[in-house]
Amino acid sequence: MKDPVLTVEGLEVRFQGAAGEIPAVQGASFSVHRGEVLCIVGESGCGKSITSLSVMGLLPGSAEAEGHIRFDGRDLLRLNREEIRQIRGNDISMIFQEPMTSLNPVFTVGFQLMEPLVVHRNLSKKQAFEEAVRLLERVGIPDPGRRMEQYPHELSGGMRQRVMIAIALSCEPKLLIADEPTTALDVTIQAQILELILKLKEDTGMSVILITHDMGVVAETADRVLVMYAGKVVEEADVRTLFEDPKHPYTKGLLRSMPNVDDDTYTLEAIPGTLPKPGEIQQGCPFHPRCPEAMDRCREENPRVFTHRPGHMSRCWLAEEEDQDHAGESVG
Amino acid sequence: MAGLIVRRLFQLIPLLLGISFIVFISLHLAPGDPASMIGGPTATREDLASIREDLGLNDPLFTQYFRYISGVVQGDLGYSYQTKQSVTEAIMIRFPNTFNLAIASIIVATVIGVGAGMISAIKQNTSLDALSTIGALAGISIPNFWLGSVLILLFAVNWQWFPAAGVTQPPWTLQGMKELILPAITLGTGSAALIARMTRSAVLEVIRQDYIRTARAKGVKEKSVILLHCMRNAMIPVITVIGLNFGFLLGGTIITEQVFAINGVGRLMIQAIANRDYTMVQGAVLLVATLFVLVNLLVDILYALIDPRIRYE
Ligand SMILES: Nc1ncnc2c1ncn2[C@@H]1O[C@H](COP(=O)(O)OP(=O)(O)O)[C@@H](O)[C@H]1O
Ligand SMILES: [Mg+2]
Repeated sequence: MKDPVLTVEGLEVRFQGAAGEIPAVQGASFSVHRGEVLCIVGESGCGKSITSLSVMGLLPGSAEAEGHIRFDGRDLLRLNREEIRQIRGNDISMIFQEPMTSLNPVFTVGFQLMEPLVVHRNLSKKQAFEEAVRLLERVGIPDPGRRMEQYPHELSGGMRQRVMIAIALSCEPKLLIADEPTTALDVTIQAQILELILKLKEDTGMSVILITHDMGVVAETADRVLVMYAGKVVEEADVRTLFEDPKHPYTKGLLRSMPNVDDDTYTLEAIPGTLPKPGEIQQGCPFHPRCPEAMDRCREENPRVFTHRPGHMSRCWLAEEEDQDHAGESVG
Repeated sequence: MAGLIVRRLFQLIPLLLGISFIVFISLHLAPGDPASMIGGPTATREDLASIREDLGLNDPLFTQYFRYISGVVQGDLGYSYQTKQSVTEAIMIRFPNTFNLAIASIIVATVIGVGAGMISAIKQNTSLDALSTIGALAGISIPNFWLGSVLILLFAVNWQWFPAAGVTQPPWTLQGMKELILPAITLGTGSAALIARMTRSAVLEVIRQDYIRTARAKGVKEKSVILLHCMRNAMIPVITVIGLNFGFLLGGTIITEQVFAINGVGRLMIQAIANRDYTMVQGAVLLVATLFVLVNLLVDILYALIDPRIRYE
């Protein structure tokens, strides 16, 4: 049996809006194992960020989460504010999509980097400073001593994301959540940042949840993949299986919409249609209006989770025949 | 940083010259003849003519202005038409009272305004927020003379906690503080309300920024997230409002000094206007305008201290 660092069970997140409750995540279940990179992939708005913010205990006030998020023998959803604060930035860290706005403009890089060291590890100013310089070096920032004194606006986007990574790693977390860490960056910088995250993962043995909407990023980084659609996990598999034998038509669509550098004759195909609007009442599978393989049943009944083989699950009626798990135990 | 200050100080020169020119011209174009005020009702035509000659009122306006301004740069604001007293002296005697009142008021306004605005934003859409909104509305709408009178009636006449009128002791003594507190609340309430509204919206704007989420993601204590990460950014627009309000407060001292019988520049100005004492009014207005401009400079410096993006421009 593998060693799960984080286990999410039946996560439900709802937003309290003027028009009533809007579900953002519906029954998501998954685990992250020690030292692995779990990619969560899906179009914008499908609930990836909300899932990760639930883990951090950083959901907006209008959101309400149910289910279980187990970490270190504790259920994160049942901790009080102070308990979850001590975990944030310490055992679980997060970096965000927008390096340009994720650092506080009025504090130096050094201050922002030393802060978690002082908060969680009780280091003195001097120790924290030395540790911070080491961290900057480690994330590949040249001339770290000088960078410590600089303000975020003096750094490029790639440099800022490196600083964010240094901050996230400062207390040697067991789990790093990276929410589209390269989406806002140039392609060449993107590759460097991903490489850095993977290298640091190797060095420290931490686990990584990497959120992306880009199948190319998944191919380069993932050990295992979670595909999300409209707040639900629709397919889960190790990265090889997902690329070689995708089961859910949505996953197949995502793969077809990925540019293929090896094959000139390949034509890019975007998935037609759009995500259902949040809160829109729908019958059947949420993907059926866009699904090229939709059957009558898909319009009426929402599929449960089927297991193709251990570790490969999908939420699609097409998978019913090869379901290994006739007890119908729900995974998501 | 030092370069910024020096540059801004140099920019003040044409600004202050412009202000002094406008003050000078507008008073000279106003109806009413200072010579007849000085000469009194019994003065003959010849008397008036010689008074005008003495005061240089027959010279071209520009010559008069030039004479005036060359005195001003040496600290000489001229002599009162009325009392023959040195204007500089008359103002300097009263200025500390006015300045202390304005400072005390802006402190009251800032502490109440920033505090209420911050709480209001953090407790957005709760009854506390509503209370602060109503309080701010009341603070803006209540006239100073009315608020001052009510405070005197309650706290000075009825309960006798504070003196009703006058400032006799320096503000760092207990008695001096007691003397200042009611006038400072009277004068500062309107500004407190404006500062509270500005603080509320600034905090609400900053609190949803990505870097606040980052601070929380680092595990920073909520108290530091608000007081350090949020307020340091939210103060940038609030400081402008505080600076502007300091200017309004200086103007507001006129009424408050009247209500609390404080012998300050505001009262001096009212008397001088009633007496058509040109030089006295000019001097007082020039002083207030200069202060206003200096406070603006101070605000710009504070800006640069808080916001590194400005400092390095
Ligand atoms: N503050 C919010 N208020 C209401 N709904 C929200 C809020 N944040 C996100 N949502 C909804 O939750 C859903 C999931 O959002 P998110 O997790 O950010 O998607 P993504 O997969 O792009 O990261 C979306 O449908 C979005 O409309
Ligand atoms: Mg997102």
